[in-house]
Amino acid sequence: MSTLERDPDDGMVQVIDEEGGVVGDVPDLSEDEFVAMYRHMKLARHFDERAVSLQRQGRMGTYPPLSGQEGAQVGSAMALAEDDWMVPSYREHGAAMVRGLPLKETLLYWMGDERGSHIPEDANIFTPAVPIASQIPHATGMAWADKLKHDGETDRAFICYFGDGATSEGDFHEGLNFAGVFDTPNVFFCNNNQWAISVPRERQTASETLAQKAVAYGFEGVQIDGMDPLAVYKATAEALEKAKNPDEGERRPTLIEAVQYRFGAHTTADDPSVYREDDEVEQWKAKDPIPRLERFLRGQGVLDDDRVAEVEESVREEVADAIDAAESTVRPDPESMFEHVFAEQTPEIRRQAEEFAQLRERHGDEAFVEE
Amino acid sequence: MSTPEQEAVGRTATMSDAMVEAVAHEMRADEEVFYMGEDVADYGGIFDSTTGLLDEFGRDRVMDVPISETAYLGAAVGAAQAGMRPIAELMFVDFFGVAMDQIYNQMAKNTYMSGGSFSVPMVLTTAVGGTYNDAAQHSQTLYGTFAHLPGMKVVAPSTAYDAKGLMHNAIRDDDPVVYMFHKRLMGIGWLPAPDGPKTPVPKEDYTIPFGKADVKREGDDVTVVTLGLHVHRALEAAEMLADEGIETEVIDLRTLKPLDRETVLESVRKTGRLVVVDEDYRSYGVTGEIISSVAEADLDSLEAVERVAVPDVPIPYSRPMEDAVIPGTDDVAEAVRSVGE
Repeated sequence: MSTLERDPDDGMVQVIDEEGGVVGDVPDLSEDEFVAMYRHMKLARHFDERAVSLQRQGRMGTYPPLSGQEGAQVGSAMALAEDDWMVPSYREHGAAMVRGLPLKETLLYWMGDERGSHIPEDANIFTPAVPIASQIPHATGMAWADKLKHDGETDRAFICYFGDGATSEGDFHEGLNFAGVFDTPNVFFCNNNQWAISVPRERQTASETLAQKAVAYGFEGVQIDGMDPLAVYKATAEALEKAKNPDEGERRPTLIEAVQYRFGAHTTADDPSVYREDDEVEQWKAKDPIPRLERFLRGQGVLDDDRVAEVEESVREEVADAIDAAESTVRPDPESMFEHVFAEQTPEIRRQAEEFAQLRERHGDEAFVEE
Repeated sequence: MSTPEQEAVGRTATMSDAMVEAVAHEMRADEEVFYMGEDVADYGGIFDSTTGLLDEFGRDRVMDVPISETAYLGAAVGAAQAGMRPIAELMFVDFFGVAMDQIYNQMAKNTYMSGGSFSVPMVLTTAVGGTYNDAAQHSQTLYGTFAHLPGMKVVAPSTAYDAKGLMHNAIRDDDPVVYMFHKRLMGIGWLPAPDGPKTPVPKEDYTIPFGKADVKREGDDVTVVTLGLHVHRALEAAEMLADEGIETEVIDLRTLKPLDRETVLESVRKTGRLVVVDEDYRSYGVTGEIISSVAEADLDSLEAVERVAVPDVPIPYSRPMEDAVIPGTDDVAEAVRSVGE
C-alpha cells in the first residue's frame, strides 16, 4: 500500500523513530545519498546558526530560522527530480540549497541585496514568497501550464511549501481547490511547525489534522513525521510520482502535512519565550532530525566518528566561505531599483530613474542616508 | 471618429468584435495564449468579451474556472512565469478586492521580486464603468487605483480600432497588462453604446503602442483629456461647443501606464486651457495626475484648468442620482466654457 493511502487514524507516517530505530520501510537510497542527506541537514543547521548570529551582530537583516525543520526541507527536496520545480516560502533556504541555490545568494537576499532574489537558471526554484500562502496559486498555475503545454501529459511535478498558518488563508483553499478541479501535477507540502509566529496550530483550525483538508479538494492528504527525513523523502517521492504518472482514476495533487517544530523564533524579529514554554521546546528537541538520522546511519555502518567530523569540518568551511563572499560583494548601485520593475523598462521608469540620478548628483548620497 | 485610412477598410466592428478578433488571432498564432475567467466559455463573457472563442478553440484553451479570483489570477501569474501567455478575465473590476494581493503584490511585482529571473506576460481583462444602474459595487472604473501601482501596464480603449490594436499589443507584451474595457462601449444589445466606438477595423492584425495618446479631435481653444466612455461624451460636447465658436481638442489617453504626458503638454501649450474628464473618483486619480504633470513640466502654459470627475461617493443605484455623479456631455461642455471665459 502506498504511504499516501494510509488511514489518517493510524497516525503519521514514520520510517525511523526518535532513537533512529527503523519502524517503517527504509527508502532505497545509496550510501552516498544517505551521506548527502546528512550533510545537507548539517549544512542547513550550521548555516542557520551562523545566520542568526550575523543578524544579532547587525551584519544581516531580519532572518527566518529553520533549525528543527531540516528533515522536512532536505528530505523533500532530495526527492525532487532534476526537472521538477520548487515554489518556496521564506523559510525554505535548506530545501533551496539542496537544489543548488548557492548559500551566498541566500545570504545576499537576507542582507537586503536584491540580487539575492535572482535564481540561477536550471535550479527550478521560484523566488521565495514572503506574504503568507500567496505562492500556492502560482504553484498551481505553473503546474497547470506545464500540463497545458504538453497536451495533458507532464513529466515534471511542482512542489509548493507553506506553513501551518498558511492553511487558514484564502489562497490555500483557492489554490488547492483549483488544483483539484484541473488535476494539476502538484505536491502541496505543509511545514506544520506548530506556531504561526505566536498563534499555535490548534488556534489556526478546528480540523484534527491539516492533511485532512485535502479530502475537501478531492485528492489525497497525508500526515507524516516531518522530523523523520526518511519518512519525508518516501512520502514526497510517492506524491511526486503520482503527480507525474497517476494510476487510472487517481488525482495528481497531494497535500502532505509534515509535523515538525521550529526550535527558534519565527524570525529574528520575535521572541518565542513570550508565547511558548521552554518545556515544549525541549520535548520537540528530543525529536531533532539530525541526531536521529545520524544514529540511524551509524547503526547502518554508513557514518562513524571520522566521517561525522569530516562533514562538520566541510560544512563549517562552506558556510564561512559563503559569508565572506556575501560580505565582500559590492553593494548595488541605488539606480538598480529601477531595473526589473518591468521586463522591459518603460520610458516613464527611465525618466524617473534619471530624475533620481539627478537628485543624487545634486544633494550627494549622504543626504539620503542621514539618520 | 475614424481616420481616412481606417475608413478605407470598408467594414466596421463593435468594440467587442474587435477585442475578440485580436484574442482569436493571437490564440491561432501562439499556442501559449489561452483565456480563462468566469462565464467566458459557453456564455462568451457576460459583456461579450469572448463571444465565439469556445467554438473555435475548445475547452482546453477557453476555460471557465471556479469562482475563485485569487486562485485563477494567481494561477495565471504562475502559468505566465512558466512561459504561457494567459488572459484572465476579472468579471467586474469592482471585484479586484478579493484578489488584490495576487494582482498588485504578485502579478505586478514578481518580475522585480525575482530580480528579473521571471517575467509575467499576462493580460488581466476586466469590465469597467457605470451608466446602467448597477450600483456601487458593480459600476466603478478604478482607473486611478490600478494606474497608481507599479509593475503593471494599464490600458483603456475607447473605440473598436484602438481596442483591437491595444489587445494585440497587450498579449504580445512581456509584462502584465490590465486591459480595462468599458461595458457601455462593447456594443451589447441591452447596453446600447454611443455612436463612436463602432469604427472601421482592419481584418489583419496591427498593434497600437502603449504610452501613445490619440488626438481624437483637434482644436485650438481648449484641451480636453479623457479616456474610455468619456472620450465620446467629450466629442459630443466638442460638437456642441463648435456651434458656439469654441474649438475643443479631445485627447484620448488610451493607456494610463505608461502615460503619454507629452501629447497632453503639447496640446496645452497650444490652447493654454485644460479640462480633464474622468469616470473615476475625483481625488487621487487621473485628473490630479494629468494636471500635476502639466503644472510640473510647464506651469506657465496653464491659463485655466478644471476637472470633471465622479465625486468621492459610492456610485448610486438610483438612475437620476447615478446620472448626477457620472460626468455627462453637458458637464464637460460647461467645464470647457468655464475655462474658456
